[in-house]
Amino acid sequence: MDLTRLTAAEMSAKLAAKEISATELTQAHLDRIQSVDGQIHAFLYVAADQALSQAGAVDARRAAGEDLPALAGVPVAVKDLYATKGMPTTCGSRILEGWHPPYDATIVERLKDNCAIILGKTNMDEFAMGSSTENSAYGPSHNPWDLSKIPGGSSGGSSASVAAFEAPLALGSDTGGSIRQPAAVCGIVGTKPTYGGSSRYGVVAFASSLDTPGPFGRTVLDTALLHEAMSGHDPMDSTSINAPVPPVVAAARQANIEGMRIGVVTDLSGDGYQPGVLSRFAEAVELLESLGAKVTELSCPHFKYALPAYYLIAPSECSSNLARFDAMRYGLRVSDDGSRDAEEVMSLTREQGFGDEVKRRIILGAYALSSGYYDAYYGKAQQVRTLIIRDFDVAFDQVDVLVSPVTPTTAFGIGERADDPMAMYLADLCTIPSDLAGNAAISVPCGLAEEDGLPVGLQVMAPAMADDRLYRVAAAAEAAFMARWGQPILSGAKGLSA
Amino acid sequence: MTSVLDRYEPVIGLETHVELGTRTKMFCGCTTTFGAEPNSQTCPVCLGLPGSLPVVNEKSIEYAIKIGLALNCSIASWCRFARKNYFYPDMPKNFQISQYDEPLCTDGYLDVTVEGQRVRVGIERVHLEEDTGKSLHVGGATGRIHGADYSLVDYNRAGIPLVEIVTKPVEGTGALASEVARAYVTELRDVLRSLNVSDVRMEEGSMRCDVNTSLSVLGSGVWGTRTETKNVNSLRSVQRAVQSEMERQAEVLDAGQRIIQETRHFNEETGTTTSGRSKEEAQDYRYFPEPDLVPVAPDPAWVEQIRATLPEAPSRRKVRLRVEWNVSDLDMDALTNAEALDLVESTVAAGASPADARKWWLGELSRRANEGNVALEALAITPEQVARVAALVTAGTLNDKLARQVFDAVLAGEGTPDEVVAARGLAVVSDDAPLLAAIDEAIAASPDVVAKIREGKTAAAGVLVGAVMKTTRGKADPARVRALITDRLA
Repeated sequence: MDLTRLTAAEMSAKLAAKEISATELTQAHLDRIQSVDGQIHAFLYVAADQALSQAGAVDARRAAGEDLPALAGVPVAVKDLYATKGMPTTCGSRILEGWHPPYDATIVERLKDNCAIILGKTNMDEFAMGSSTENSAYGPSHNPWDLSKIPGGSSGGSSASVAAFEAPLALGSDTGGSIRQPAAVCGIVGTKPTYGGSSRYGVVAFASSLDTPGPFGRTVLDTALLHEAMSGHDPMDSTSINAPVPPVVAAARQANIEGMRIGVVTDLSGDGYQPGVLSRFAEAVELLESLGAKVTELSCPHFKYALPAYYLIAPSECSSNLARFDAMRYGLRVSDDGSRDAEEVMSLTREQGFGDEVKRRIILGAYALSSGYYDAYYGKAQQVRTLIIRDFDVAFDQVDVLVSPVTPTTAFGIGERADDPMAMYLADLCTIPSDLAGNAAISVPCGLAEEDGLPVGLQVMAPAMADDRLYRVAAAAEAAFMARWGQPILSGAKGLSA
Repeated sequence: MTSVLDRYEPVIGLETHVELGTRTKMFCGCTTTFGAEPNSQTCPVCLGLPGSLPVVNEKSIEYAIKIGLALNCSIASWCRFARKNYFYPDMPKNFQISQYDEPLCTDGYLDVTVEGQRVRVGIERVHLEEDTGKSLHVGGATGRIHGADYSLVDYNRAGIPLVEIVTKPVEGTGALASEVARAYVTELRDVLRSLNVSDVRMEEGSMRCDVNTSLSVLGSGVWGTRTETKNVNSLRSVQRAVQSEMERQAEVLDAGQRIIQETRHFNEETGTTTSGRSKEEAQDYRYFPEPDLVPVAPDPAWVEQIRATLPEAPSRRKVRLRVEWNVSDLDMDALTNAEALDLVESTVAAGASPADARKWWLGELSRRANEGNVALEALAITPEQVARVAALVTAGTLNDKLARQVFDAVLAGEGTPDEVVAARGLAVVSDDAPLLAAIDEAIAASPDVVAKIREGKTAAAGVLVGAVMKTTRGKADPARVRALITDRLA
């Protein structure tokens, strides 16, 4: 039996039944990484020794008869912007090369409390800015469906690792779509929880008011298991919501959408969308209707301004958040030869340490915040944000969840959009509204586009703190698709020779 | 100076930064002890490590509201923190969490009295922000970052809560401008001290002042260009900084030149200001609402609860005490300057007369404090103990000289005044018998003195009193001794 092919829920059951050990399971994943990551490049750091010693400790506790959490012994890959004690944390940037945080992010602590095994740190677009991992200072990751394609981004290392069976679960973060878009193009499940539902403490900030840590899995239930384990109030994060975690695991098991009101966002379709994406999406809507949901079409008229508003708000916040990378206290330091003052060293370090996309956004944001322009740019973008929140409010008065495609196209080729930032930004067209509104959204596979045979994702959006609704819809859709396809969608992923 | 005022009217404004005396920092749990080993009071949050996030210390909000209420401000029902962005090595995040267009407290005032005249200083705003770290530039001539061989940064101070208190422009004070500035800072210091929200020590930097000064041509009604003087580290310097800036600006204007809007540095030694960086090339701080923090929305009931705990305003208290103690303004100033008001009040409350309490605290005990270079209140003696010594003197058990010995012993940790009196046998000898023996001995030893006294030169008796005091080691009451000698020789 190839242990890496199991779902996380199956792993959990077999571990609990002592049919397999955490050490065996961890070793199987380390072996898988060893054999395929040369092609995928999902990992920036593989924590083999720590993972095996963690697994050994879990096995010992289990042997001693302890009652352990569901994720005990289940491996998880962690996006490289979560602070991890004893492991490097680079955020895909040169400027943090070699930095070892002295502390764990709250969510990493929670994984450890849940006895999950941390396999290592995954590749990402530098500081989470990008949709392809091509902005990583350490080279792009590759899509297991077709190695010449991008695995999505910014959490592309995480999505690729799960799709390539290098890890059953992974942590990502979503600021403009950085979990959902990679999940969609890799044919796996990814959730952006409600903003404030998962702690940001220790997750290196890109845009504070948008950044949302979230889970990846190959199945809806697996994703829910990680979602539940990582979530909940954190007193170290002021924006963390002090309320019970929505019952996402129960919802994933329920998988019943009889009578649920589902709204199709008409604004998220049309020109610029790949035909195969639209046809799979249309099928998914029909499927949901056939499962007893009441489907209506509705318009969110301000969604068309979401992308420009996002590209003012996110860069503005990033220009301030990334100011701390100045060579004074940690990370890269360039040209400190005694002949230059601190300001020059800061400037030269930032010049060499940051990639083009990061610099582009810092400059954009600094401009948008500057005196005399603030009202016209940042201020106006915040007003648009309010209008988008209102669009959602109006919509959620009429329906329980909204649906749309996750991204307008399937995975594009590595290098294809690298020199065209606008084309790259369009990958997040459908995902950005939920980030601006701070509500919850999921990406679940809904088939392969006929043109290229690559996966397409269905996006489900729910009101803040109604994350459980996402799992009800996604699990129902997943079960129906599985029945139709006869096998998991990933069985069709032929990119890997292994 | 008079000539300046012939032609110009000064307008002043003050920005005061005060470190709050909270036990922990503004956005993390690190302690705030002054003078700790560099970088020992730090954590991922106040070091601004990637991924770390701030959480507001509720105590700092409470203290700021307290200050706002004491300065007659309105308290915002909803406000936000903002990021002030600029690069400097002592700023861990290269932005400071501060408040911008939504301060916590606005539109108040503080009344000060200068030369019998009451002046109302308007308060524009009181807002909260975090302090920066402290740089030490090693080598180079100036001690500034430019030209230094290397720099060290101590982040212990980074994240300590600060309030910034900004006045409205103060006009119409004329010749009193510099004194008003000083009186305002003095009064503000007293208010903050009475609130127990800061130790307000200018010399340790827990209270720092920037002084804005401009001159307007008399009668023009148009304000001149202002300068902002920094590095003003004592009450006296506040006054001198305004004074010297007025004189300098008048000279510039008289010469037909214009004042440059700039930051100036006050030099303690020369009492003058020198040009710092020009505001015209000032940076753009790119303020925006701090997205890592939720808005501050103090519950009105909580604000009222805080208002109810406000102590009596120091100015009102001074008036009350001056009347109760029947002392002059000058004496009140002396008590205030010696930071002895609380101590004297407590000593009076413990039963001492105001005169006695004042005498001991301003005299003997102030001298000890000065010798030991400690604050009066840091002396190892309580107001109750001082009152007890005063009572023993009033009862005749001690005289002033013995009282001083008791203070010595108490300060040396030998116990309470009563314990010291008992242990050292310090009580005044009030039984005449041992005194008479000593007097007879003195008379016998100094026949020449006795002869003079008998000739009517009664002043000579002092020699005999001195001899008796010496034999009794100061325990006798000199007046009683003198009376007994007169009797004996009559």
